[in-house]
Amino acid sequence: MSDLLGLHRPGTTPLHRAGAGTKLLGLLVAGVLVVLASNAWTALPLVVAAGAVLTWVSGGFGPLWRALRGVLLVVGLLAAWLAWSQGWERAVERASDVVTLVVLATVLTVTTPIDEMLDAITRGLAPLRRLGVSPEAVALAFSLMLRAVPATLELARETRDAARARGLESSPRARLVPLVLRSVARSRATGHALHARGVGDDQGEP
Amino acid sequence: MSRLRLESAGVVVETTDGPLEVLAPTTLDLVEDRVALVGPNGSGKSTIARLLNGLVEATTGRVLLDDLDVARHGREVRRRVGFVFTDPAAQLVMPTAAEDVALSLRRTHRDKAVRRRVAEDVLAAHGLAGLGDRSVHALSGGQRQLLALAGVLATDPDVLVADEPTTLLDLANARRVGDLLLGLRQQLVLVTHDLDLAARCDRALLVDGGRVVADGAAGEVVAHYRATA
Repeated sequence: MSDLLGLHRPGTTPLHRAGAGTKLLGLLVAGVLVVLASNAWTALPLVVAAGAVLTWVSGGFGPLWRALRGVLLVVGLLAAWLAWSQGWERAVERASDVVTLVVLATVLTVTTPIDEMLDAITRGLAPLRRLGVSPEAVALAFSLMLRAVPATLELARETRDAARARGLESSPRARLVPLVLRSVARSRATGHALHARGVGDDQGEP
Repeated sequence: MSRLRLESAGVVVETTDGPLEVLAPTTLDLVEDRVALVGPNGSGKSTIARLLNGLVEATTGRVLLDDLDVARHGREVRRRVGFVFTDPAAQLVMPTAAEDVALSLRRTHRDKAVRRRVAEDVLAAHGLAGLGDRSVHALSGGQRQLLALAGVLATDPDVLVADEPTTLLDLANARRVGDLLLGLRQQLVLVTHDLDLAARCDRALLVDGGRVVADGAAGEVVAHYRATA
């Protein structure tokens, strides 16, 4: 669970050697194609293909399993809703698209060190600096988002255990309220830590 | 050696019950290598520590690092004053150990290969050799605190402020982190409940009720605190 979106795994595949910017652009294009071009008959083969790529670049099924495990519940609920409201073909197509995109995103994180991704995002957004966009801030927000997913899941697990210990495992309030409060507190603490490290101080510097 | 100075620096926060004085106007000169802040929970120790690099702004008076006013030169002050928190989980923002240290180095090392190599060197210097690719979630509590320290010290600040850095650690890791802190070349301002560690500093301040109530040689102040707490 700690690496829902995958952690970089060093390797020598062509995808490992490709530039982070190229891969980010590739993911964007692939995402658009998957959403626009897939249908109920191509969606599942696309899932299989994306899974095969992830297994190849990571040298095992671990990252694939963790990527799927993290989204199965949400995808299952989405598929059930779509099947009920729009029919099974639509459900298969949309649910498969979500899985394919998550798996492809995991391919990116498994083959690319976060440091290279930050550099690529900073470089790619540099032209927007004249419009007031800070590429460094966007890159930092991106890395914080990646970090926030496992951190929030860890807080959710701790909050669930605390509710169980008090015999309140069936109370949504006992599980949700502390989770929200602790997530906000953790966010504030992280903000203070970034401030103390001077990480945001260099936004706008060349 | 840097000179940290509080000139009638006080902190008042607004609460639903009205203004609350967290720190009474306080004047201090901190020039010793190792300064400990001790006292009960909620006494104002952390507020003093946070004033030193601008995490908290004084509502009265001012705070100086040498001749720099912390409130007006925050960026420069933060480059010279590192800060380590109690809970490293909030401080580690990147997925792996090497990437977190590299985040600190982005300002000083533009080349990523060099940055990565320096990050590995910094990790090795803090007892974390070979853990560069390890997820920060997979590290032990002691390793996480060492990593948080490494991330701050990677930028080679002049002063390190540490806010209860050993509170969440077991005995062995608390000793390890404590020894590392006291062995640094940097000037150290240490907030701690570990009175044995505080007694090893050059000077200690006992803070209670938002006021510095004792100030002197660490051994004497710690003995006074033990006798009166």
